Amino acid sequence: MCLRTCCLLLLTLSLMGCSSIEPWVKPYERAHLADPIMNFDRDPVSGAYVTHVYQAREAARGAEGGHGGGCGCN
Amino acid sequence: MAATSRSAFRLAVGAALFCHAVVRAGVLPEDRADALYHSYEGGGVEITGPSLMVLKNVGQNASVNGNYYVDSISSASIDVITSGASPYSEKRTEVTGGLDYMHGNSIMSLSYTNSSEDDYKANTAGFGISMDMFGNMTTVSMGYSRGWDTVLNNLDSSFSQDVDRQNYKLGLTQVITKDMLLELDYEGITDEGFLNNPYRSVRYLDPGGTSYSYQAEVYPNTRTSSAVAIRSLYYLPYRAAVSGEYRFFTDTWGIDAHTVKLAYAHPLKGGWLLEGNYRYYTQNSADFYNDLFPYKDAQNFLARDKELSTFSSNSIEVKVSYDFLENGWHSIDRGTVTLAWDHILFDYDDFRDLRFVAPIPGEEPLYSLSADVVQLFVSVWF
Repeated sequence: MCLRTCCLLLLTLSLMGCSSIEPWVKPYERAHLADPIMNFDRDPVSGAYVTHVYQAREAARGAEGGHGGGCGCN
Repeated sequence: MAATSRSAFRLAVGAALFCHAVVRAGVLPEDRADALYHSYEGGGVEITGPSLMVLKNVGQNASVNGNYYVDSISSASIDVITSGASPYSEKRTEVTGGLDYMHGNSIMSLSYTNSSEDDYKANTAGFGISMDMFGNMTTVSMGYSRGWDTVLNNLDSSFSQDVDRQNYKLGLTQVITKDMLLELDYEGITDEGFLNNPYRSVRYLDPGGTSYSYQAEVYPNTRTSSAVAIRSLYYLPYRAAVSGEYRFFTDTWGIDAHTVKLAYAHPLKGGWLLEGNYRYYTQNSADFYNDLFPYKDAQNFLARDKELSTFSSNSIEVKVSYDFLENGWHSIDRGTVTLAWDHILFDYDDFRDLRFVAPIPGEEPLYSLSADVVQLFVSVWF
């Protein structure tokens, strides 16, 4: 049963790889996403400093974000 | 400053590098310069200094960046006071250089950071790549950085120990709807070497149980941690943005932590932007942490660093930005000035305040502190 599920999953992923995924949000619909307020890391210098403030006082570290992307506004 | 704080600083540097390096796959970061003044005050510690950053495109496919950062520290923290040491001042300087190179829908980035203070030197090299795919609906990013630190001791000139660090990052940003973005993050970090603080001690009960003494802390020489985060950003119909974030952290020292953050950004007429956020953080202690050990050498690893204890923190941030060059001026396209204030409360569940004397050791009041963080910065795009 498990093997069958795995085979089906692999087959589905393989078929997905053969077809192109159509963007469901068209480039002309991305005005809101391109707004400067829709940026996870709008002020990188400030963001890095605040990350430092917390990392210096808490044991947790990493996955603070800031890798950007998403709008595809090029 | 605690060794964990220092090591965390190096990690913050790594995070900053990636922030600079992979702003948006397929689009190089905008030409930009920032001058920031920062101030932290809390728990008897004052830290101030500047942070200066420049991002500049070179040709069509490359961008260089540089960052100069200083922490000027004046510390009379509870650790300093209760150890009997005198309040001290020190300065840490950090310089970063980076390069982004765009090829098609991908951006590759390289960075190098040097951080220096009297008793801690660190060098970090990083590489990252990010790619836009599926009609620019998805951005995938990966990063690796390696750090080489040297721990020194101002009280012992012959003391010198090394720490090696490696960071692995994976990130995915997805357009969900025309108003919503989703981000997933993973980061694994491994440290190997001298991970504790050469100045810090733990306390243990003396025979009889009515007094206590100190001995040097002992940490494992390896630590591996994993953090995963999910965050979302949503555009509200009246031009404002709301975001939410959750992060889970776990490491081989037995610490689990949870972070939740909610934020709101609201532009106003005349070039003003108001922002606010609330952040909650909680963690349990490391396996080898104890506020008061039952006797000397009670176990092979010993820690009494409050950053490794069980505690929670609550913080709020208020931020105001003003676009003072909305229409540009000469070669400057835009300029903003921003003032931000954070108020943070830390409540420790098993770290006691030894400034107070209790009849029986271990019955001192629990420690807590509040901190204020202020940032004032000017940003120009050119």
